[in-house]
Amino acid sequence: MNPAFAEPTGYMNYLKRVGALAILSAGALYVIVSGGFDLSVGSLMTLTVIGSSMLASNDPNSTYWIIPLMLGIGAVVGLINELVVSNLKVPSLIATLGMMISLNGVAFMWSGGAPRGYLPDTFRFFGRYNIPDVPLIGILPVAVICLAAFGLVLWWGMHRTNYGRMLHAVGDNPQAARLAGVPVKSVRISAFVISSLTAVLAGVILGGRAGVSVDIGSGFELQAITAAVIGGAQLLGGRGSVPATIAGALALEAIFTLLNLLGLAQPIRLVVQGLILIGAVAFATYQRKRVGR
Amino acid sequence: MSDYLQNFCPVHSKPQREDDLKKTFATLAILGMMPGLALAQAPNFDDPAEFGKQREQLAASFNGPADQRYLQYAGDAMVDTAQFKKEGPWTVCFSNAGVNNPWRVVGYTDMTEEVKLHPEIGTFTHVDAEGSDDKQIADIDDLLAGGNCDALIVSPYSTAALTPAVEKACAAGLPVIVFDRGVTTDCPVTFVHPVGGYGFGIQAADHIIANVPAGGKVLMLRILPGVDVLETRASGARNMFKDAGLTILGEEFTDGDNAKTKSIVEDYLQRGAIDAVWMDAGATAVAAVEAFEDSGFDVPVVPGEDQQDYLQKWRDLGFKGVAPTYPTYQWRTAIVAAVNTLKGEQVPGPEWVLPQPVITEDVLDQYINEKMPPLHYAMCGCEDMPGYPEAWGGSK
Repeated sequence: MNPAFAEPTGYMNYLKRVGALAILSAGALYVIVSGGFDLSVGSLMTLTVIGSSMLASNDPNSTYWIIPLMLGIGAVVGLINELVVSNLKVPSLIATLGMMISLNGVAFMWSGGAPRGYLPDTFRFFGRYNIPDVPLIGILPVAVICLAAFGLVLWWGMHRTNYGRMLHAVGDNPQAARLAGVPVKSVRISAFVISSLTAVLAGVILGGRAGVSVDIGSGFELQAITAAVIGGAQLLGGRGSVPATIAGALALEAIFTLLNLLGLAQPIRLVVQGLILIGAVAFATYQRKRVGR
Repeated sequence: MSDYLQNFCPVHSKPQREDDLKKTFATLAILGMMPGLALAQAPNFDDPAEFGKQREQLAASFNGPADQRYLQYAGDAMVDTAQFKKEGPWTVCFSNAGVNNPWRVVGYTDMTEEVKLHPEIGTFTHVDAEGSDDKQIADIDDLLAGGNCDALIVSPYSTAALTPAVEKACAAGLPVIVFDRGVTTDCPVTFVHPVGGYGFGIQAADHIIANVPAGGKVLMLRILPGVDVLETRASGARNMFKDAGLTILGEEFTDGDNAKTKSIVEDYLQRGAIDAVWMDAGATAVAAVEAFEDSGFDVPVVPGEDQQDYLQKWRDLGFKGVAPTYPTYQWRTAIVAAVNTLKGEQVPGPEWVLPQPVITEDVLDQYINEKMPPLHYAMCGCEDMPGYPEAWGGSK
């Protein structure tokens, strides 16, 4: 056993690394609980990072208007996702798949294939900076504070408000929810908007951690869904827990780290991720059958 | 590849029941495919002769104008192109493997700016294969069927798959110029490329060996396995580290992803000191450097590539860096080769080997330009062009 594993710094670094995925998964859970899918979140992260680097043009003061602007773009993306789903009757899987492809295209057009700016340090603060010399834990990364704060807000919204109960009702049985007086449409709109907003936040944190690259968010949409499923969320809606989803994200990242340390390459990582997804759903179904729910 | 398959396909020894017969057939079918896979793997990525040749070329002097590296060439072999001489204006066609990474974006800009310097080129037709062999083969077919091309430039996506398509273009009587990755036929007029993958590996490994104490620990980061130009970089460097008595901590694949690169370096740092990080391409070098910075360690020897973000990081932190290059100016050379061919002038061939300079600390400042985008490749040989720097996204 390596003595480094007893050091809290390692755990803080690990939480910092998983921050973006955990926030993203907790947001994506809102759409999953409402009975939909959001595949556009990864490309929205890419757009956030590329767009911010293009707009910032190395000006440290630009962060204060760029992040709100990106959140605004995120809200619009979420709104469009829902309007396509409910008004054009396109299944969310397809609607957000289309959105994912379009947003990747937009990011590529915007940057011309090679981003033309850096992210200023004020922007990277959220994903990169560590508060040094904290008693007991050594360092406290800002990303971990963000994870705790947003995790708490998302937990409160889903599990402690009337809105959260309506969200579960809509996902469980939209007809029944509508008859019971739940404003199904606005509940769904807000779920997609929340998912998109957390994607922007996750993009800010990931971009802060890693810097600019052209496909930074690719694959995150499926990782988010996998994390939610590991956390016991029911695909097609009605069940899901924010803390369990965040734990799912932590578990997923731990598995990836382990696979890396074992020296397995990307293809195997994908195989394992697929097997985990299938295994988690199969296990959850089996358990529900057993307890008769 | 076959290693992976072996892990996944347990060999059934004896079918106990008839139900197992199907399984056995499937296994046999897969086993039957394995020799094929092994053959497809045939290109040798660890060739001492080629390694030696490239080491010599790195140090060799090149013919041609000293201040225009993109026109220089190794050796004296020339190809006669009188048979392709033609009156302008010409239509030059270009089948491009893709413009899907910053290196190719910079290179393609070099190329389009070079086209503007040649009024004899009436039309420049560019088809983007978007990183797909199938599309590139179809693209070349379409260009041939269109019948408008006077010359064809090909930057192949993968070597084996594109060889028949290039042969077909040659058979149609077109002068063909291949650059970047090669094909396994000598029918093109010339194959334009810098010294090569071993050379790239040698330049970074030389620097590491010179700056790391005996027995030092080297972490090797690679993008992905199986790509010839990357495999040769790794095998060259690996052999040199072993010969020099350095310890290779591990070889990890980053998929060219900054976040993953940072995580891998952090994980290794947790387990002990690192004296150098070798990488097969510089795109994620800054992420590796940041992993040391953010964990509170001094940055050791970390070679990168000629990207602006790395060069500036290197200058700002003052660690022991070096930037081997895979110069984008070869995209200019391809146009020059096509123009000279259509003029009927002699062209260096059948291989036009370009110099592959390395950026060292003493020339670092020459290559830094803060007005250029972070992912601009400094070794573009493009500073003398009229469109510079705006066409590359820079500002004056």
